[in-house]
Amino acid sequence: MTARIVLHQADITRALTRISHEILESNRGSNDLVLLGIPTRGVALARRIGDILDGIESGSNDGADASTVTVGALDVTMYRDDLNRNPTRAPSPTAIPIGGIDGKTVVLVDDVLYSGRTIRAALDAINDLGRPRAVRLAVLVDRGHRELPIRADFVGKNLPTSASERINVRIREIDGTDEVTIEGSVTA
Amino acid sequence: MRHLLSTQDLSRDAAIALLDVAEDMADVGTREVKKIPALRGKTVVNLFFEDSTRTRISFEAAAKRLSADVINFSAKGSSVSKGESLKDTAQTLAAIGADAVVIRHGSSGAPRVLADSGWIDAGIVNAGDGTHEHPTQALLDAFTIRRRLHGPASRGRGLDGVTITIVGDILHSRVARSNAWLLTTLGAHVHVVAPATLLPLGIDTWPVTVGYDLDAAVAAGPDVVMMLRIQSERMHAAYFPTAREYSRQWGLDDERLARLPAASLVMHPGPMNRGLEISAGAADSPQSTVLEQVSNGVSIRMAVLYLLLSGERLTPTSATTTAEAVK
Repeated sequence: MTARIVLHQADITRALTRISHEILESNRGSNDLVLLGIPTRGVALARRIGDILDGIESGSNDGADASTVTVGALDVTMYRDDLNRNPTRAPSPTAIPIGGIDGKTVVLVDDVLYSGRTIRAALDAINDLGRPRAVRLAVLVDRGHRELPIRADFVGKNLPTSASERINVRIREIDGTDEVTIEGSVTA
Repeated sequence: MRHLLSTQDLSRDAAIALLDVAEDMADVGTREVKKIPALRGKTVVNLFFEDSTRTRISFEAAAKRLSADVINFSAKGSSVSKGESLKDTAQTLAAIGADAVVIRHGSSGAPRVLADSGWIDAGIVNAGDGTHEHPTQALLDAFTIRRRLHGPASRGRGLDGVTITIVGDILHSRVARSNAWLLTTLGAHVHVVAPATLLPLGIDTWPVTVGYDLDAAVAAGPDVVMMLRIQSERMHAAYFPTAREYSRQWGLDDERLARLPAASLVMHPGPMNRGLEISAGAADSPQSTVLEQVSNGVSIRMAVLYLLLSGERLTPTSATTTAEAVK
């Protein structure tokens, strides 16, 4: 089975930079913006987007109140609908920024959008944590095959895949390298 | 994890993983909505043949925070007083559809019988059996020590190099038994101090060192002093001359507290006999973790119930597991 690289390090950086600009554009600045990464790789991606946003905003002219964008982590393990169908999952820490999410614009960040079930669980988790003004979704890769009526607001790359293929996202902070690969199906 | 019967069954990795899950569960307790849907639709039965306040309430709170349904059963006022056997009670619970049974029983080994008998398919949690074990108490003690010592950096760590002195009624204490093995598994050194009459036969097979003099143990400056309750309800003979003499020799009074290092923790599993094994001054001092132990108990029990009840059950209907979540 061969793995084909579909996004290199530079591609990932470019995609995250574009997503950051899109977030700022749609939010009209970084006010009241909270980025919540979904463990494991979503957290690292959320931090990177947060750094890029800070860089963009401090470079802009109205830097008088260049408030840093708050980044947190949102674990959705306990809200999954497949807890009974898989081996026991160990949860990851949830870190909600000080100030909470009430009245904020929350941007969920994950590496791959697939069935949409993780995001459904994340929406339930957010529901228990507060009442944001709006919830948006940013993903590095959208591979299709949705099972729920959920779509991403900011997408790094759309990758049409077959369900038997496998997408591997590797992130420097966790895997030591930045790349997205696609593995062919076993039967191919 | 299928059952939790004894801390001797827990490997170091499994114990640390459980404590880490409890950290996440503790976060839930600090939120505005103290509830997560992880065990929605599961039924947890609290089967208590012995009196208890904190353990039963703690298990009930834990199950409810995980959205499980809780059925409380106490031997008083049930058909047990009409002579119903453990087997019939277990089969009744199985017929009701219990997914987990939390059992406290006066006889050592009752939870093991329930787990091995095949009378019931549910996961069994030992909530204290006779003078045998009380694993969730030991886990919450380890969790409390780890949190006090390492704070937010607790995750993934054991208790390596920590010295813990357990004082008092070792003979009747299931808490001491569970702690001796769990704390040792986590890398701590456990020292036991008691009058010779309150040490069990075969203490030499425990992974602990034994002493008889509390003053010497205090002088050694342990990181943790754990006082045990004098269990008068289990004492059918004279184990020490008078309560006053016991208190003077083996009680943690204000004077001994002052001789302990300021950073040493004072623990007690509760309920406390103030003035007997622990003075009010020691129980209420900032070094005391008694109330922390109670709130940490809920987090630990949530972690245990979660690890017991989530995950795939070996039922024929779940054979069609979809290859989702592979992302």
